[in-house]
Amino acid sequence: MRCQLLAVALVLPMATWSAQPVSGYEFLDETTRAMQDDDFDNPGLVAVDRGSELFHERREAEPNACASCHGKDGVELSGPDIARYPVYDANLGGLVTLQRRINYCWEINLDRFPLTPGHSDLIALETFVRNRAKGEPVNVQTDGEMSPLIVRGEALYNTRFGQLNLACQHCHVQHQGQMLRGQKLSQGHSNGFPEYRLGKGRITSFQQRLAECFVSFRAEPFEPGAEEADLIELYVNVRGNGLPIETPAVRF
Amino acid sequence: MRPWWIDSILCAALSSIAPSGGAAPGGDGYCAWEVQDFAIDQPLCGLRGDPARGRALAADSHGGNCLACHQMPIDEEAFHGTVGPPLHGIGARYSEGQIRLRIVDEQQINPMTIMPGFYSDPAKANRMAGEYWGKTFLTAQQVEDLVTYLVSLK
Ligand code: HEC
Ligand code: HEC
Repeated sequence: MRCQLLAVALVLPMATWSAQPVSGYEFLDETTRAMQDDDFDNPGLVAVDRGSELFHERREAEPNACASCHGKDGVELSGPDIARYPVYDANLGGLVTLQRRINYCWEINLDRFPLTPGHSDLIALETFVRNRAKGEPVNVQTDGEMSPLIVRGEALYNTRFGQLNLACQHCHVQHQGQMLRGQKLSQGHSNGFPEYRLGKGRITSFQQRLAECFVSFRAEPFEPGAEEADLIELYVNVRGNGLPIETPAVRF
Repeated sequence: MRPWWIDSILCAALSSIAPSGGAAPGGDGYCAWEVQDFAIDQPLCGLRGDPARGRALAADSHGGNCLACHQMPIDEEAFHGTVGPPLHGIGARYSEGQIRLRIVDEQQINPMTIMPGFYSDPAKANRMAGEYWGKTFLTAQQVEDLVTYLVSLK
């Protein structure tokens, strides 16, 4: 009896440990964590402020600002809803990332030209919106129309690319926690995005980070907004379901 | 959709039946190489390596960058990776030909490996960035330099 209990006690934590995703935050050094946690020192907050400006701005002859529908400071936005992105929406043509959803509002309700996926204004808006859901657990749909899309995203995640012939899973599954020269490999989650990158000195969207990983193994990146990039973003979010949103996270 | 590791196991099973060599694509100076008993005994393109150049290349983050993943007896460099096993004494554990195959194309030994094939056939790469098309990560001379350096680590 005692033996059995002991066995269960040993096995359970191991099973839960391997199933639970771990945020990139846990892989950071103390200084970087402190910087992320500080409401004045976190350099990503500049992007939140810029996003807030855009969110409230109503240009001449325009009927609306984002805040007209979503409230001052976005008080009408729901954290749990933001934590559902990317979502499946047949009316918007299928898989919709948060950037695409924002851009859609921007075009339809504000009557402006769509912003390109890498545009700094779009990333600032995304940072502001996702920051409204800070602390909310990522909760992306995994059933229904999403499941075949997730399977495709996972296949891309496990595909070798580039001159170095590497797949995402090599670094972020097989070798997570190990040192790649001076950098500790994390599980490569998306809960902190858009995030501030100390090495780049700028806010970075998920798909820009993805492109950087591609360049590092000498592969041709998928353009931000490309179908494959959206599918990988979907799969990575699903892998991190349950992690608290940290936007704007601070990373190297 | 099969999980990735099933493909790897299938692949491992296949390659142990028929250990494949690097099919030599024509032209562009890519030299053919042949695997026998998990080793490439012949120097690439018949070249002779230089251990001092090999050591420098192993440390250079724009070169072989072996230090990204391996600890090596290169003490002046602060950061050594822990993704792969330490390479101290590797020359005592492996023959020259075994070391050469591991640098040329580790996937021949372990299809799941993260270690890049530094002289694998570039025609087999998927979505290689345009500027690297048709090129191996290291030249045959660089591989031979690394081989002679690692052989010297007894
Ligand atoms: C050669 C190793 C390597 C490969 C392969 C790789 N990455 Fe990364 N990735 C890194 C390193 C190093 C970092 C920075 C440290 C960290 O967070 O792991 C990083 C960071 C990330 C982050 C940021 C994590 C955070 O908490 O901010 C994401 C997301 C990510 N990678 C996704 C991917 C995806 C998707 C792929 C496949 C296209 C991929 N990576 C392939 C090395 C790699
Ligand atoms: C991205 C990671 C990575 C890089 C870069 C890398 N290796 Fe490796 N290497 C590994 C891993 C992991 C193994 C363990 C065996 C396996 O995975 O098949 C390995 C195994 C080896 C072995 C066999 C070691 C043993 O004890 O069995 C040798 C020799 C070797 N590497 C040499 C090199 C050299 C030389 C370079 C640079 C030109 C290099 N490696 C670059 C990851 C790497």
